[in-house]
Amino acid sequence: MADHDSTALQDFRQEVRSWLAENFPAELKGVDGTIYQSNVHTAAADPTYQLWRERFASVGWGVPTWPVRYGGAGLGTEEAVIIGEELARAGAFNPIRSFGVMMLGPTLLEYGTEEQKQTHLPYIADHTRRWCQGFSEPGAGSDLASLQTKCTDMGDHWLVSGQKIWTSGADQADWCFCLVRTDTSRKQGGISFLLIDMKSPGVEARPIVLISGVTHFCEVFFTDVKVPKENLVGEVNGGWTVAKRLLQFERDSLSGVRSGLGSLAPLAHQYVGTDAEGRIADSDLRGRMIHNAMRASAYAATLERFRDEAGEGRGPSNGVSVLKNLWSGIAQERAELEVEILGSQGLGWGDDSYADEERAITRHWLHSKAYSIYGGSYEVQNNITAKRSLGLPDA
Amino acid sequence: MALNDEQIMLKDMAAGWVKDTMPTTAARALYGAPDGIGHAPDAWAEMAAMGWTGIIVPEAHGGSDFGFRSLGLVLEELGRTLAPSPLLSSALAVSALRLAGDAAQQARWLPGLADGSVIGTLAVDEGPRHAPLATALTATPVGGGWRLDGIKRPVQDGMAAHLAIVVARVADGGADDLALFAVPCDVAGLTRDPLDQVDARVPAIYRFDGVEVGPDSRLVGGTAMVDALLDRARAGLSAEMLGMMTQAFETTLEYLKTRVQFGQLIGSFQALQHRAADMFAELQLTRSAVEAALSAVDADADDLPTRASLAKALAGESLHRISRQMVQLHGGIGMTHEHDAGLYLRRAGVAEQCYGNAAFHRERWGRLNGF
Ligand SMILES: Cc1cc2nc3c(=O)[nH]c(=O)nc-3n(C[C@H](O)[C@H](O)[C@H](O)COP(=O)(O)OP(=O)(O)OC[C@H]3O[C@@H](n4cnc5c(N)ncnc54)[C@H](O)[C@@H]3O)c2cc1C
Repeated sequence: MADHDSTALQDFRQEVRSWLAENFPAELKGVDGTIYQSNVHTAAADPTYQLWRERFASVGWGVPTWPVRYGGAGLGTEEAVIIGEELARAGAFNPIRSFGVMMLGPTLLEYGTEEQKQTHLPYIADHTRRWCQGFSEPGAGSDLASLQTKCTDMGDHWLVSGQKIWTSGADQADWCFCLVRTDTSRKQGGISFLLIDMKSPGVEARPIVLISGVTHFCEVFFTDVKVPKENLVGEVNGGWTVAKRLLQFERDSLSGVRSGLGSLAPLAHQYVGTDAEGRIADSDLRGRMIHNAMRASAYAATLERFRDEAGEGRGPSNGVSVLKNLWSGIAQERAELEVEILGSQGLGWGDDSYADEERAITRHWLHSKAYSIYGGSYEVQNNITAKRSLGLPDA
Repeated sequence: MALNDEQIMLKDMAAGWVKDTMPTTAARALYGAPDGIGHAPDAWAEMAAMGWTGIIVPEAHGGSDFGFRSLGLVLEELGRTLAPSPLLSSALAVSALRLAGDAAQQARWLPGLADGSVIGTLAVDEGPRHAPLATALTATPVGGGWRLDGIKRPVQDGMAAHLAIVVARVADGGADDLALFAVPCDVAGLTRDPLDQVDARVPAIYRFDGVEVGPDSRLVGGTAMVDALLDRARAGLSAEMLGMMTQAFETTLEYLKTRVQFGQLIGSFQALQHRAADMFAELQLTRSAVEAALSAVDADADDLPTRASLAKALAGESLHRISRQMVQLHGGIGMTHEHDAGLYLRRAGVAEQCYGNAAFHRERWGRLNGF
């Protein structure tokens, strides 16, 4: 928070602020950056976005805590927070958000070989290589470790065959970090972590339509796909340890308060109206909106407290399961409230009787139902908390 | 109240027909259909042939006069598969004419409504929120008749309807100044446009631009009559919602008994067993409230407003919870368009807020009960 900054941090904040003033393209002000994250074609076709991405990558601020040699800025967590705050303040967005940044990068920093780090991290840091996460399978969701995708050691390469599902962005990804089975005699102990080039022969991604009407995830089929030996991360049959760490990074990034998540009060003033004293006219709705906003506020403080307690550079811990459930609940309730505020204007689908902003709220409401499913479901997170944080026994 | 033999037969017949003729694929087929009117005319003709369009029409006008509770049985079965039909909307026009129409008005409209050749609807809301008392559409006396000016949106089943019961504010009409008009949808000066909504239905925007109607189009009664009509809408919609949540629950329960993770059925996890048991208990509360509201319509009970609000509030709350859990407990597959869970969620979003959402009805129930 700005008031508590040390002098050094204050200087840094000033530096970020002036850099942004000079480098953030004015045309992108207020633009929702996630459209570039979710659509490679939108991103590729927009030279202003590309300019912004290149500039941001040149200072390493897309991955501020990564070492400079891998495309980061070698900064601490506090500086990283300041960058986020200043982006929000300037109406700007981080153009380098990706699954690579969220999940694979931090995992490779801990478990990758030097060669793997050099081969992949710089392209995550400048967002020129898109990654997807090939973990879930039709029979292996919550019970991820029961995955079956077969990986055979062919001496000079790996041979992979099997099916993944719910693979977000697989149709747009350049590479996939994947869990495969290298030993069928042990469950967790037979899993390996493999990096697969999506352009390899035998890889096919088929998009699946979501309830929000967009295609965001895919089924991915691997048919006798040859993968170079050096693409194994960690030990053979040691992939579960790597995967568990990656899932913590995933949950950690899914628990962040998204910048620009402002008050819903103005929306309610507009659609619901106010009483004589300026309060939102529907007192029942108002009470629930207040409840949600208060929880979001306490959540922000909790996030900060957990971050402080974890200590610099140690990354997420078991507490991340608590955070993920708190946040998905708060965010889903907020999405419900937005639709309720809009009333019948929040129920539009395809025509111009509804404003774009209204339809975006409706689609987001539907999509938000995934918050408590992906990255490990609500129930699975609570199981983890009960066992690992609270020490409760198995059934 | 226990069902009589005729009602049991009606329910069974509806259940069978809906399963065979209107599975969820029928609703799915209506999504994005070009020039869609939000229901399937062939299916409507079959419903009419089975007498469902006449369930609350007096026998003298070609109906069976089975009552609202019976209508609710059919609506509930239709709700199970999200079967889109204007059955409720049309029945509300019947209710309006029964409650507030004179002999000539009834003779003009009821036979067609009974045999399904006329589809009726209620045109009440004008903006994003259900606020009947804030009606702005005006009815101005002109040359013995009336001129209507204003906008109605969303009008449920508005593109399919032939007859709209329009709630209007009578210019210089005094304190109790809301009134009801029976207006043919092809009247000059009325234009209607479809609204593309998240569910398979197609409500409409009605624009009344100097629409002139005769003196014989005005029904009797004012604000209290509008309320009486709306309470029928709420009871009827709650019945549909009860069917939806019952099916959503059963489909989910079935999934808990088939999906295996960690080498066991997911329904064997206590966390999910308790979730299912909680939903089952919610369903019990809701069913009681809905049945009581439907019966209160037939009994013309004084406490219909309380019962209708109780039914709609509980139906809203329970459908909300169960439809969201339907997605959650199906995991990834529940998020796909291919699976039915999303269709229930989308229809639930609409039904929850139609004719007053849970907050509206909690507030109204509280007011009626001295809170
Ligand atoms: C939008 C979206 C994007 C996704 N993106 C990706 C991706 O990029 N890569 C990837 O690998 N995966 C991805 N997933 C998959 C996601 O991780 C899985 O859907 C999730 O882990 C649940 O698995 P499942 O779908 O098989 O559900 P199941 O595991 O079958 O779960 C069904 C229900 O049972 C519950 N349940 C299961 N086990 C227990 C238990 N022991 N106790 C209590 N309840 C239990 C679950 O919580 C859930 O409610 C995505 C999912 C969604 C919805």
